[in-house]
Amino acid sequence: MFGQRIRRVEDPRLLSGRGRYLDDLGHDALAVAFVRSPHAHARIVDIDVSAALAVDGLVAIYTYDDLDGRTSEPLPLLIPHPTLNQGRTPYPLADGEVNHVGEAIAMVVASDRYVAEDVVGLIQVEYEPLPPVVGLAASRDGDALVHADVPGNVAATMVQEVGDAAAAIAAAAHRATLSLSIERSASMPMEGKGVLARWDADDESLLVHTSTQSSTSVRQAIAAKLSIPVDRVEVVTPDIGGGFGVKIVHPWPEEILVPWAARRLGQPVKWVEDRREHFISSAHERGQLHEVEVGYDDDGRLCGLSVRFWHDNGAYTPYGLIVPIITSTQLLGPYKPGAYRVEFQSMYTNTVIVTPYRGAGRPQGCFVMERVMDAIAADLGIDRAVVRERNFIQPAEMPYDHGLMFQDGRPLVYDSGDFPASLAKLKALVGWDEFDSFRAAARAEGRRVGIGLGCYVEGTGVGPYEGGHLRVETDGSVVVSTGLTSQGQGHQTMLAQIVADELGVEMERVRVTTGDTRRFKYAVGTFASRTAVMSGSAVALTARKVRAKALKIAANALEAAVDDLEIVDGQIRVKGSPGSEIDLGSVAVLSNPLRYAFDAGAARATQFAGPVDPTAPPVPEGEQPGLEGTDYYSPVGSTFANGMHAVVVETDPETAEINILRYCVVHDCGTVINPMIVEGQIHGGVAQGVAGALYERMEYDDAGQLLNASYMDFLMPYASEVPHIEIDHLETPSPLNPLGVKGAGEAGVIPGSAAIASAIEDAEGFPITAMPISPSELFALRAQHPRARHPSRKDPTLSTP
Amino acid sequence: MTTSHVDPASGEALHEVTLTVNGMPHRLRVPARRLLSDALRHDLRLTGTHVGCEHGVCGACTVLLEGRPTRSCLMFAVSVDGASVTTTEGCLEPDGGLGHVQQAFQDCHALQCGFCTPGFITTITAYLEDNPDPTEDEAREAIGGNLCRCTGYQNIVAAVLRAADIRRERAAS
Ligand code: FES
Ligand code: FES
Repeated sequence: MFGQRIRRVEDPRLLSGRGRYLDDLGHDALAVAFVRSPHAHARIVDIDVSAALAVDGLVAIYTYDDLDGRTSEPLPLLIPHPTLNQGRTPYPLADGEVNHVGEAIAMVVASDRYVAEDVVGLIQVEYEPLPPVVGLAASRDGDALVHADVPGNVAATMVQEVGDAAAAIAAAAHRATLSLSIERSASMPMEGKGVLARWDADDESLLVHTSTQSSTSVRQAIAAKLSIPVDRVEVVTPDIGGGFGVKIVHPWPEEILVPWAARRLGQPVKWVEDRREHFISSAHERGQLHEVEVGYDDDGRLCGLSVRFWHDNGAYTPYGLIVPIITSTQLLGPYKPGAYRVEFQSMYTNTVIVTPYRGAGRPQGCFVMERVMDAIAADLGIDRAVVRERNFIQPAEMPYDHGLMFQDGRPLVYDSGDFPASLAKLKALVGWDEFDSFRAAARAEGRRVGIGLGCYVEGTGVGPYEGGHLRVETDGSVVVSTGLTSQGQGHQTMLAQIVADELGVEMERVRVTTGDTRRFKYAVGTFASRTAVMSGSAVALTARKVRAKALKIAANALEAAVDDLEIVDGQIRVKGSPGSEIDLGSVAVLSNPLRYAFDAGAARATQFAGPVDPTAPPVPEGEQPGLEGTDYYSPVGSTFANGMHAVVVETDPETAEINILRYCVVHDCGTVINPMIVEGQIHGGVAQGVAGALYERMEYDDAGQLLNASYMDFLMPYASEVPHIEIDHLETPSPLNPLGVKGAGEAGVIPGSAAIASAIEDAEGFPITAMPISPSELFALRAQHPRARHPSRKDPTLSTP
Repeated sequence: MTTSHVDPASGEALHEVTLTVNGMPHRLRVPARRLLSDALRHDLRLTGTHVGCEHGVCGACTVLLEGRPTRSCLMFAVSVDGASVTTTEGCLEPDGGLGHVQQAFQDCHALQCGFCTPGFITTITAYLEDNPDPTEDEAREAIGGNLCRCTGYQNIVAAVLRAADIRRERAAS
């Protein structure tokens, strides 16, 4: 099964309308809607609910003053860091001050959503507006403060340095400086967030369904906040309509408030986010400004690199510094930077919080590093691919230690990869060396084309751990669970493939459950392209454990040596001796000595069913009843996947319209479990990369209003905007885990802006330093560069009109 | 359509609406402002239809109204009284097996999270009735009004072509 294009087991259910997403549950639950701030920064003077109280169907209105116990404290700062000395998190409902448009102020519970929204419209909130801080420029000049007690709006400053970058740059034969920026975008899953909570008063327990990427941690958070023993809380992720990072943040205010209200009211309560709420009260990412200084030799080899950047973290920092830490480390990509210094400041603004969105800081880092490579190539007149080749870490240098600390608090050590081989594949796939003739032919037709390149390395499969549980039922079916969640990546299929191979059963017999704390309590979550590495490895180890147990029991039953047995299609048999076999279901029966024969299968395991060894206990010493097992996988460090994208664009000489003619991907995620699923992940990632390069941005005005907070105005690509994607795989297995896998979830998105900027630059002949880029921005750039000519191509005929 | 009933919780006047959904007649009582998408999902509990934006842009809520693709989040249930509606559940084969478009989606890995999928299934089903043999460019054009955040559309384009094949094969057999 491993390595095959197996069709997904999830699909028949999802395709026939039998999926169960959050809003498909709890039809009779009370509905919630929120009063949210219309101001980016304001003090709340008064909340007047009197006009709302007469509405039929109203059940409750809650404000901050109603919150009790630990619900009245700020939400947790999920990932503390020693340099984050000015971390701030919001209250579930605002306590007197709001810091972005969309921050929740009052919670309305009513008989249905329509009524709840009627009530929201009748609640009068009086505000005293405060000066809003919007954008990094305003944040950096510090005239106005987001949080009065945070000087200069600086949440954190962090520096990492290897060698003496300033000295290395000063001593280098050539130097360049670049100023580079990336705009905000967002995960924007098609299904927003949502929470359904049911309080069982008799059992004093809570069952919560939430559209999350981390059910186990939401469970802990709810128990802590509501002061309920954690064993009285279970959290289930139903089908999830996409996550892309935004749903890893938790507990969202609603994940505390909805269970809190359900317990208080003794009734099921449900909140389903609408699209505008998702725009203004979930999370964004990507907004950063970067200042780069680089020194290099005559061959284009890096001697020293110094990067300062400013990260817009929005109004609060619940997810710590993960995004800028990733930028600061993953910026290095497949290259040896020479001496390296990076310093970032994480800055408050009165905008929606910033937390990881697929790629999580890597698209920015990749954009920066690849712009540096192109700048060096342009300066020295060397082919852009050659400059990259010269700076690559070589396969013989693996594992490669950068001397930095990664986002998991562990050393940044690449485990594997063959960057020269990847680039060779990519050049062949896109026809890099033949591009000049294509360019000449296009030019002869009056067309303007360019080719670009982007290379990245992605730390995947970060720890600390994941686990798996596997049980063979007496009918021979295999039930598997892992704690992390699934948002559409096909985890049920991928994990079933692994189990089928490891255990020796047909895939149809394997059923996988993810993200249900009733089934598996210890887990971290689904993020950082980690499921195949972490849960895949955990489930493989678990299957090996259960297989060993099955063989032991079968060896006894078949009077054979364990080493002589094999498992094929769920039958355990003596190798080369047909006829002597026992099926896994029967082994499961034997593994559980019984007193009561509740069915014919069970009868075989009861005390009078067969010969008995009176000297041994029914359950052998050191064994446990049942053919089941649990195991965990916890690696010493992250795996590092890598890839390279090449893009051919055409820019319209008149209108500056930008068209992608070809998009080529070479991808190395180690061994591939299901190429069909991996390619699907790459397609989706590339679409988001193209979106971030050419279309998507968060249009905040100076008052902090998000002007494009709808699908109508936020330019999420349709099929007409996403190019056909050509893919080639390279498999360099990771030495770190039993499967050799490295993770593929985020890969496709990372080099999008880098490669597309490179291609536009090549077509136009002047530097592209800010992404995304629209046709009107390109048009304006042309006016600034009337005599542009791209030095790296050594092409005297290339110029703009 | 009559208005002689009142919602006991909200006090809203309820209107009686008759809909034929996936061939089955239904009579339901809904407030005048009840969206067709909500009526299908929460009153009839046909949750195969999804809502991604509720402002007519994403297409996840697309159903076939008298056979034509229609955004059910932009219609009131009362305004389609007497109409016939097909949802993704109604695109299954009579024996409950996957319909030709659904089967093509599985074959081509044209869904990941599956949230946008019902709108694509209904849209493509109607499209192939009128255009049984599309080219790849036409297939891309046909899905141009629906948003998907997961797949990058490439496999959905492939699924349109595959669905056309399956449709022909099934018609022949
Ligand atoms: S939900 Fe109807 S178009 Fe988006
Ligand atoms: S499959 Fe997830 S939005 Fe399309």
